Amino acid sequence: MPFNILVLSCLAYVIFLFLVAWAAERRADRGRLGWLQSPLIYTLSLSIYCTAWTFYGAVGYAARSGLEYLTIYLGPTIVFIGWWWILRKLVRIGRQQRVTSIADLISSRFGKSNLLGVIVTIIAVVAATPYIALQLQSVTLSFSVFASPTDEGFAPPGTEATAIWVAGGLALFTILFGTRNLDAKEQHHGIVTAIAVEAVVKLIALIAVGIFVVWFMADGPADMIARIDTSDIADWNLQPGRWAGLLFAAGAAVICLPRMFQVMVVENADERHLATASWAFPLYLFAMSLFIVPIAVMGLERLPSSANPDMFVLTLPLAEGQGALAMLAFLGGFSSATSMVIVESIALATMVSNHVVMPIWLRLRPSRAVSGDVRRLVLLSRRVSIGVVLALGYAYYRMSGGSTALAAIGLIAFAGVAQILPAMVFGIFWRGATRIGAASGMTVGFIVWAYTLFLPSFGPDAVIPAMVFADGPFGISWLRPRALFGVATMDPLLHALFWSMVLNTAAFLIGSLLTFPGPVERMQGAAFVRVFDTTSGSPRGWERGLAEPEDLLVMSQRIMGDDDALTFFETEAKKQGKAGYLPDPTPDFMARLERRLAGSVGAATAHAMMSQLAGRATVTVEDLMAVASESAQIMEYSARLESQQEELTRTARALREANEKLTQLSIQKDAFLSQISHELRTPMTSIRAFSEILTEGELPPELVTNYGRIIHDEAKRLTRLLDDLLDLSVLENGSVQLNLGLANLSQMIDRALASASHTKPERSFIIHRDLPMENIFIRTDADRLVQVFINLISNARKYCDSETPELRISVRQRGGRVAVDFIDNGSGIPKKSQALIFEKFARLTDQTRAGGAGLGLAICREVMANLGGTITYLPGQGGAAFRVAIPLRLERKAA
Amino acid sequence: MARGPRPPPLFLRPASYRQRRRRDAARLLPVVGIFLTMLPVLWAPQDTFSRDTAPDGIYLFVAWAVLIGLAMLISRSLSAPDDDDDAAAGSDQDFGR
Repeated sequence: MPFNILVLSCLAYVIFLFLVAWAAERRADRGRLGWLQSPLIYTLSLSIYCTAWTFYGAVGYAARSGLEYLTIYLGPTIVFIGWWWILRKLVRIGRQQRVTSIADLISSRFGKSNLLGVIVTIIAVVAATPYIALQLQSVTLSFSVFASPTDEGFAPPGTEATAIWVAGGLALFTILFGTRNLDAKEQHHGIVTAIAVEAVVKLIALIAVGIFVVWFMADGPADMIARIDTSDIADWNLQPGRWAGLLFAAGAAVICLPRMFQVMVVENADERHLATASWAFPLYLFAMSLFIVPIAVMGLERLPSSANPDMFVLTLPLAEGQGALAMLAFLGGFSSATSMVIVESIALATMVSNHVVMPIWLRLRPSRAVSGDVRRLVLLSRRVSIGVVLALGYAYYRMSGGSTALAAIGLIAFAGVAQILPAMVFGIFWRGATRIGAASGMTVGFIVWAYTLFLPSFGPDAVIPAMVFADGPFGISWLRPRALFGVATMDPLLHALFWSMVLNTAAFLIGSLLTFPGPVERMQGAAFVRVFDTTSGSPRGWERGLAEPEDLLVMSQRIMGDDDALTFFETEAKKQGKAGYLPDPTPDFMARLERRLAGSVGAATAHAMMSQLAGRATVTVEDLMAVASESAQIMEYSARLESQQEELTRTARALREANEKLTQLSIQKDAFLSQISHELRTPMTSIRAFSEILTEGELPPELVTNYGRIIHDEAKRLTRLLDDLLDLSVLENGSVQLNLGLANLSQMIDRALASASHTKPERSFIIHRDLPMENIFIRTDADRLVQVFINLISNARKYCDSETPELRISVRQRGGRVAVDFIDNGSGIPKKSQALIFEKFARLTDQTRAGGAGLGLAICREVMANLGGTITYLPGQGGAAFRVAIPLRLERKAA
Repeated sequence: MARGPRPPPLFLRPASYRQRRRRDAARLLPVVGIFLTMLPVLWAPQDTFSRDTAPDGIYLFVAWAVLIGLAMLISRSLSAPDDDDDAAAGSDQDFGR
């Protein structure tokens, strides 16, 4: 096949994936998750375990070492059918603590220690390097095998150039794909769906090749079994050590690989999906490995001995002249490589940005971290990290020469990530595990792994001199990298796995037994180990009242985005029984906010940022007592009392607010009554006076006209006041007649701006609008809505006290609702008045009387209630800001 | 020890009893898995000459299928509503302290 057609089909395939991801994300945005969150999609997304290693490498592995390749799939099977032990707990912890990555899990468990986050990140990045190199190598190999050597179209470039192009393309694709939204808990629906599609493609491709081999090249299963027995593969003997060691390594890897953790824990939408995946994922692995041996046997039989067994899946159909099947196999291999690289680099980039970049930045400029725009920094650092991870993979590919068997490279990565296993498993089952233990265990394990397996994999004299291989460093023979402590007879992989795991676990246990954990660490330990024990809420160390809710809101907006932050604060306030956007900074609320922020930037960073505002992460005496007394019974009993007390506090708070409002209202009403009688009296007095003069007669006609006009004007003023009052009472009764129809939002705002410009025409306003967003058709009562807009705009014109007044009108659409924000740059409304402005007769200050009786916003509120929407005051926007929220389609009320 | 109004009952209702045994089965399954996958190790040493890769492979795939079937049965029966004593199961281990 010509090289350029091959490249084109790859591009077409990538674009197709992009469309799938895009469509899925659109669906998720509209809130119609449906099958996007089904156990099927979850299981299929787990199949990124099967990378190009499985697709190409497994056949090569089988051709070289018989049935041993099965360990790579049997290990994960045992872990998954044993989901009740580890996976269930991991997923629950992941959801409860809003874990963003495996580094975040470890760091969070051991007292939000950033050191551990960094260690895990380094292990994961280094161990992923050979794994990504493996994908690059397999795609490059498949290109060179598949592209025809004749020069139709482009001539295929050399393998090194191909590898660079593949790495660059994958980096670009991943950045476009994976770093568009920030909060990891928002979950990448698009990517997960695309990966599920890729899982189907690679399964179909491999099974198609398998069926072709068994039923078309051989005469069915019986013949196949006979061929297996006569082939070279049958000479294979099971080596007990390797068999057990590889089962263990594969089982450990399926939990510890960053990408597996990402899809299994972070992207998990429902814990029950895990129950389905516990048998469905092993079934997928079963199907993937079923035809490996037949393909390997047939490849050895039919193809020349010089053929690379890693490419049999591709070369076998090619040799038999099955172009279409070979194309399918090629795409299957391409799928497996791309999906692995995408998820792996996203997971690694999350870890790097949360545990390396953010902490450094926080340390360098602590003040900017709270006020500056963190989202852009986080996204940028993730994009750069993706590029770096792929570049490292490419560098490994170049250094290792690109000639090693695929499976051998993959196993190096497996042994590397397995170093995280002891810290993780002990961490979730043993409360005695400490930070120092975890750090020393992982460091020792990582060093041993690097010394005995990773660095030697570059070959003698590449990193480690050949002399060290033969005699050990400085001639100390028991430190030879392939024969540590004189164990020379073991297989190198097994040797490295054995020593790294033994020394890792030993260092971890000794470190844990000898050290004493800090308070935060102990609390986190208890929360992790007893995650299923619902009665013990994890006590956190935030003190009440140190942070201003408005500051917290500003900070959260920088990280979570304006909309999400406002929604979160609003629901929290509602939970406390308060209206508006500013909840009291109770310890509970602070803990929830921290956990929410941790979903975006990782636990350690979120904790540090909160500390900037709330003072040091204080651990109170009560918290220490709670840690010290580990008796579950007392905790349980007091928890019940606590919840009752909480309920009482909530009610009391609501009552206090209601009472305050009532008292204020009563004062306001008294004030209004005198106000309204005054307002009614003034025109009345002048009408009476002038009409008396008129009745006396004998006046010059110009005076009559003049007096008549005054009487008319005053009567008009009276009517307007009465109209307003009447309007309000009609709206409040709900007996208002709505005139529903389709109307364009942009035109409505135009109308409102035009009408409102009569108020204080001498002030010139700068209006910022977002015309493309405004172009929405809404089914509502346009006149009523325009009335609300006019009111808000005239209010801004009247009360905005800035020298150069500006008004920003922004529109956004979310779900079935449209939110229109009117934000000016004045001094805003003081916090104590925010609760009152929508009440009748409320006016902030008497000296800013600008006509009207303080009914405007009250009428707005009633109009919005009748239109099925709301109008609220938005705090913390740098000026007075009102949000009008309207449903896109207002249905006529069933009267 | 003040543990609340009444101590937990010593014996469970049959439904909860079955539920707990199903969980025990779920915990046991990986042990069965390890046993079945490690069994070929015991066959290995004696047969350097006989060619038995195909039968070994068939055995492993059959064992694999059996494990998948068992896992499916157990996970199906476990996903029945069990909010009732989830907390109690979690504290199973803790009461020992």
